[in-house]
Formats: sequence, structure tokens, C-alpha cells
Amino acid sequence: MSIEVKNLRYVYNQGMPGETVALDDVSFGICDGQICGVIGHTGSGKSTLLQHLNGLLKPMDGEVWVDGQCITDGSIRLVEVRRKVGLVFQYPEYQLFEETVAKDVAFGPKNLGIEGDELDETVRKAIELVGLDYEKVKDASPFELSGGMKRRAAIAGVIAMKPSVLILDEPTAGLDPKSHREILAMIRRIHEELGCIIIFVSHNMGDIASMCDKVLVINKGKLALEGTPHEVYSQEEKLEAMGLDVPPVREIVDRLNEEINLGSDALTVEDAAEDIKTWLETSH
Amino acid sequence: MVRDITLGQYYPGKSAVHRLDSRTKIIGALAYIVELFVVNNFWGFLIAAAALFAVIAVSKVPLKFIFKGLTAVFLIIAFTFIINVFLVDGRVLWHWWIFTITYEGLQRAFFMAVRLVLLIIGSSMLTLTTKPIELTDGLEKLLKPFSKIGVPSHEIALMMTIALRFIPTLMEETDKIIKAQEARGTDFESGNLIQRAKSLIPILIPLFISSFRIAQELALAMEARCYHGGEGRTRMNEIHFHRGDAWAGVLMVLFLAVIIASRYLGALF
Repeated sequence: MSIEVKNLRYVYNQGMPGETVALDDVSFGICDGQICGVIGHTGSGKSTLLQHLNGLLKPMDGEVWVDGQCITDGSIRLVEVRRKVGLVFQYPEYQLFEETVAKDVAFGPKNLGIEGDELDETVRKAIELVGLDYEKVKDASPFELSGGMKRRAAIAGVIAMKPSVLILDEPTAGLDPKSHREILAMIRRIHEELGCIIIFVSHNMGDIASMCDKVLVINKGKLALEGTPHEVYSQEEKLEAMGLDVPPVREIVDRLNEEINLGSDALTVEDAAEDIKTWLETSH
Repeated sequence: MVRDITLGQYYPGKSAVHRLDSRTKIIGALAYIVELFVVNNFWGFLIAAAALFAVIAVSKVPLKFIFKGLTAVFLIIAFTFIINVFLVDGRVLWHWWIFTITYEGLQRAFFMAVRLVLLIIGSSMLTLTTKPIELTDGLEKLLKPFSKIGVPSHEIALMMTIALRFIPTLMEETDKIIKAQEARGTDFESGNLIQRAKSLIPILIPLFISSFRIAQELALAMEARCYHGGEGRTRMNEIHFHRGDAWAGVLMVLFLAVIIASRYLGALF
């Protein structure tokens, strides 16, 4: 399973007032089992890009290949693509509509033709995978849940379709720190259990640095930077020029490099702690 | 799909039509709608259509943009057309089983369809060339005299502003929800009528909930900014009549005269 995006181009309102180029010649690849972070400030074209990956938007130019299949030439059934590539939108809790959480989670797999015991089992697994108590929530109305739980219930609705690629658009937006941590833990758990490719958009550079194998930086519809978190976050000036940041840990480490010659390139709290410990042991 | 509905949208521009006082345009649009029902023959419709296209030409709103908005109401027009064709009595042209087409029916259906198209384009010209804020300011001023007899002019104007303001927001919301449910494998395009109607439930329920949420947030935001109704409220931009409005008024009266005359024109040919 891999994703290959070639020369993607998309224009909103073509030929109308307010014409905007949302994506311009974007190409990249994501390998099997990778967690890929997408950063870029609001309106840079991130969401547009994500919608191309499961066929919700058709590119005006370029191709998207998922698992060796071209999904943009019109030969493949879109339902098939959507089963393979699960997309969780921003504020997915706004898509909940059923009377009970279990029914809502079952909506996706039902559309794929899963029935009976298999359906119940799929729903139970999905709800447990997002960290909700199946027995407690299955008969509850999705509208009675707390904000963070609602969101996880909505994500369960996508996971229940057993996607090989899971895309999350700002999954932690507007959540309190506890729910934020729970969502990150949930993403890690889903990645381990399903072994799928995960692509997620975030404005939290710390999250991207600690979670991802690969980072894409989108700026004004173009792919500005691409690489491992270390490769991307070492280009601090470029990021700043695009209105982006390095993780807070990196800022502290940079200061320590200057002040006490720490010699670290840590991006996460754990790495920084390790480097500081080593420095303390060797220098003193 | 939903993005294509241009009904109630504003098309930014600086044309003579855009610059008119919103009151002139509201009266003009209302008068035009009423006049469309005065028209009773082919010549009248020709004149009404010509007048409308003249206004469109002056406003510089692209025709493509206007017709795109019309596609959304095509079903309603087609429906009225069919009902009229089959249900009006008169000289029989064609008959089969329970279906009868009459000369009068065809004529009535054709007129009704043209009337609806002109009516929709005419009223959308109002919103296309007038900023929502100006539109409601104008409406409020026009209704002001009636507040003496208990017409809540400010409230009506406010309700209209909010309704207009939220058309694009709700469109966007609908678009988002449709996409989210599509991503979960909903198929809107296939299946019979009942299956298709059923596939709307996952869209309508979240949309209802969203609109309640948006309404509540808006009410709170307004209260937080000390909104207390129209009493003693002043405006940043007062609207004024200009010379252009006088000319527009003259043209409107002329048009009315021509339309009334057109009723008798049919008898001449």
C-alpha cells in the first residue's frame, strides 16, 4: 500500500470572480505504514489536497495513485476508493446523525454491504479502537456525548470501514489538553492495530514532530518542503517565512545549543531530555 | 453541486445598477414581479424580457452566472409547465388515454414558465447587484412608515439580513456534510426514488443541528455586542437617493406604461 501523487492541480471557481489556485503542481509519495504530517497555514490548500486522495475532488491536472491504482482516470469505482481511503474531516462530530452511537458507526460499513454479526463485530472493534467504552456508548445518543467523545465516535465511523489509508484533517482542533492527548494516543493505537498509512493535518508542530515519519509543508498551493521531521524543521527560516514554526522543544534546544553548546537537534521532549542528560554526564 | 446555486448571492461590481439606491432597486424588483402578472400576451413578455436583459447588460453581471442560478430551480419550472400543459381545458390538440393537451394549456404553460424564469432572474438581479447590508437598510427604510401601525420594520429587515447572510454559510455546511457522508460511502446518485430520499437523512439531520448551533452562536454574539433592537440605532453609512435613482424611477414608470399598453397590443395583431 502506498500513495503516489503526481503534478496535482486544482482551481476553485475557474473562470468566475474569485478564481483561486488551490493546488499547483503538487507531487509526493507516501510509503506503506508511514505516518505523514501535513502542515501549512489556513488556506494553503491542505484540505483540498486531502479531498483529492479519496476522490471527493477531481484534479484539473495530475494523477493520484493509491495502492498501484490510478483513482483519477475515472476507471475505478469511487466507493472502492472511499473504502480504501478513510477521510475524517475537520470537526467530524458535525456529521453524526443517527439515534445511537452504534448505529452511526455502522453507517459506513453498511454502505459497503457489511451485515449481521460481522457488522456488529466491526462496529464494536471500531468503537473500542478509538478508546470509547462500547457497552456504555453503543445505545447512547451521539449528541449526549462530550465534545472529545463525539469526535472519537465520528472517527470510529470512518475506521469501521477498515481503511488502508486514514486521513485526519486537524483531528485535535478545538479540544482541551486531555482530549488532545487522547486523540494522539488513539491515532498511534489505530496505526499499530490496523497498520495503515496515516495522514494528518495539524497546526501543532510538537505533535507533528513526535508522531510523524514524514512531513509535507504546503504553502500557497505548492509543496514547499518535504522530508523527515528533522529535515523539515532544520529549515527554520523557510518555515518562518511561510508563517510556520518549529516545535517549542526545538526552540529551547536551539537556545541551549547557543548558551551551553548542547549540540542537540531534538524535536521531542524525550529526545531533548536524553541529550541534556548526556550533556550533563559528559561535561560535568 | 450546491455551490452552483447563485440565488441570493451578491456579484461585486461598480456598474450603474450596483450604484443605485437599494430602495430604488427593491421597488423596481417588486414592481417588475407585479408587472409580470399584468402581462398577458407574447409581446408583453418580449418587452419584459428585453427590459430585464437591458438591466443585466448595464449591470455587467455575466449571463453565465445568472443562468447557473436558474438551473437550481429548473425542476420547479418544469413541474409547473407539465401541470399546466395537462390540466387546462380548452381546444383539444392531442389526446391519449387520460392525457389531453389543449391549445390553451400549452399557451398557459409556456407563459407560466417564461413568467417564472423572468421572475427568478428579475429578483436575483436585486440580490446580485445589492450588498445584503444595503438591501436590508433599504427595506427597513421602506417599511419605516408602517411601523406606526405595528409593523416591526427593523425586525423584519434584520431577519432578512440574517437569512440572506446565512445562505452561503449553510451551502458551505451542506457541502461539507455531503462530502463527509460521501467519504463514508453514501451513494446519492444511484438507487430508486425512495433510496435516494433516504440517503438525504444523513445530510438533513446534521444540517438541522448545525443551523441551530449557528443560530444560537449568532444570538449570543449579538447579545454580547449589546444588540437591543432597532430603537435609537444609528448607521455608519446612510443611504441616499441620487440622480441615477430619479432616472431609474422615470424608466420604471415608462416600463409600467408600456407593459399596460402591451395588454392591448395583442388585440392589434
